[in-house]
Amino acid sequence: MTILEVKGLGISFGGLRAVNDVSFSVKPGEIVSVIGPNGAGKTTLFNMISGVYVPSDGSVSLNGEDITSTPPHLLAARGMTRTFQNLQIFHDMTVLENVIAGFHLQERPSILGDLLSLPAARRRSAAVREKAVAFLEKVRLAGAASEQAGNLSYGALKRLEIARALAVGPKVLLLDEPAAGCNAVETEEIDTLIAELAKSGIAILLVEHDMKMVMRISNHIVVLDHGEKIAEGTPDVVSRHPDVIAAYLGTEEEPAHADG
Amino acid sequence: MTAKQKWIQLGILAVIMLALPAFFPSGYYYRVGALIYVNALSVIGLVVLIGYAGQISLGHAGFAGIGAYACALAPEHLGLHPALAVLLGAGVSALMALLIGRPILRLKGYYLAVATLGFGILVSMVLSNERSLTGGPDGMAVPDIGLRPLLRDMGLRVSGGEFWYAASALVLLLGAWIALNLHQSATGRAMRALHGSETAARTVGIDVARFKLQAFVISAVYASVAGSLLALQNGFITPDVAGFMHSVEMVTMAVLGGVGSVLGATLGAAILTLLPQVLTVLADYEQLVLGFVMILVMIFLPLGLLPSITARFRGRGV
Ligand SMILES: Nc1ncnc2c1ncn2[C@@H]1O[C@H](COP(=O)(O)OP(=O)(O)OP(=O)(O)O)[C@@H](O)[C@H]1O
Ligand SMILES: [Mg+2]
Repeated sequence: MTILEVKGLGISFGGLRAVNDVSFSVKPGEIVSVIGPNGAGKTTLFNMISGVYVPSDGSVSLNGEDITSTPPHLLAARGMTRTFQNLQIFHDMTVLENVIAGFHLQERPSILGDLLSLPAARRRSAAVREKAVAFLEKVRLAGAASEQAGNLSYGALKRLEIARALAVGPKVLLLDEPAAGCNAVETEEIDTLIAELAKSGIAILLVEHDMKMVMRISNHIVVLDHGEKIAEGTPDVVSRHPDVIAAYLGTEEEPAHADG
Repeated sequence: MTAKQKWIQLGILAVIMLALPAFFPSGYYYRVGALIYVNALSVIGLVVLIGYAGQISLGHAGFAGIGAYACALAPEHLGLHPALAVLLGAGVSALMALLIGRPILRLKGYYLAVATLGFGILVSMVLSNERSLTGGPDGMAVPDIGLRPLLRDMGLRVSGGEFWYAASALVLLLGAWIALNLHQSATGRAMRALHGSETAARTVGIDVARFKLQAFVISAVYASVAGSLLALQNGFITPDVAGFMHSVEMVTMAVLGGVGSVLGATLGAAILTLLPQVLTVLADYEQLVLGFVMILVMIFLPLGLLPSITARFRGRGV
């Protein structure tokens, strides 16, 4: 029962092969982590899966349907959304409005109803507002609801992005370094939240540099190095894999990759 | 912004509109007031386009031209009542915005600015060159809307200035109400979201191209209706209404007042409409002073007048 399947995905930027022939799959309720050194191609992989980049090879399927290079806004409608390594926040909107924006598809805006503030449109907005507050509580940002998002701290914005992604109601959620720049307490909270989301049946694809966190919460780990998948398996298997240790610690094998 | 804030803003606007005539030294100022409100209307359209959706246009006077000439031409050639010609102009402008918006809104920043600029120039050139229809650069007369005799029959005697002051004020209030509704709505939120980050907007399911286009069409209708009102109250129209300088004036008013704010837009329109009237004493130096004032405002109040002032008040910890 696979929900997300990635097959032979690859992309080049000029002469650089950023990702090459990467395959793996994610089941509902599973946490799959993608790890690898800086520049390994993790974000690029996310960008291809989420429709930001068009891959030059391979395919992505969601629930058995091919979604390769489907634009992101249509993927959201099919139940896949993501967060970003470099924050993508609606800075000039309030914290609450950022999350409400996540309900866009559910709100199904009608231009006439919105221009004239017709009762049906107002009702939908009010209903969504309540749900948005609930998500803010989940990431402990309810207190900042009416603040301008741009004024929040980095860690808070990371959580806001997660709350906004949850508002989309995803079946597959891609998180690109959700704990980067967060302190130990915040990391712990995000950690718990991700586990909770997976338990509720959401398939999670995670990129994270915090190895302790990755080893603790992942069901399955995919290791990238120089765009190639060098290992895959449970945290136990991966952490003992010689190529993984080499990639992270940099043994004699490293230069052989580096000139590629 | 909450529903309460919306009604406060509309209330402020209505009170000013009602109170202002008490300070008018002469009947002529009803004309000036009406002109301010008409300018403010087109600037509110730009608040939707620039302030909400973050897209620029240097050609919106083109839509004002369409609205203006609809009122000049449709009554004579189509036998349409001038009031209905306003709607016809708005419809044509919306259709035009839909057609040109689709390809050009894919452009960003100054590419979009140049493309919209091209559209504006195109409209003003057509209006100048179709002499047989539009009278060319000399302009043409616009039929009276014929509502004053109607009011007189109902026992209400108003001067032309008073009539247009009231009519423009009412249309501006309606326009402000609609723009404020939009701000709080799901559609307006989608526009503001894509302004903040197109990438993030897409991940929550926002069809970026669609909402940019909606903002463009809405702002075109505002400009068109403003152009119609301008033509009707002046009783005469020239292709200048569609000209580049008019487009620039509109954007300047929006930026001066505060491009995300409906009240700010009105303030910007008021200042830039009044300033030339005040500066006539300086004759040759009018443009110079105007340019200088604008540079100073942008340097010291980069958010625009109204948002900068309110931010300063909040900063004092009220
Ligand atoms: N749009 C692009 N154009 C050109 N090169 C790119 C582009 N995007 C990524 N790259 C290159 O592809 C490689 C992989 O980058 P990517 O951002 O995917 O790495 P990463 O694994 O996410 O690294 P990090 O852990 O630092 O986030 C890098 O060499 C990067 O410079
Ligand atoms: Mg990355």
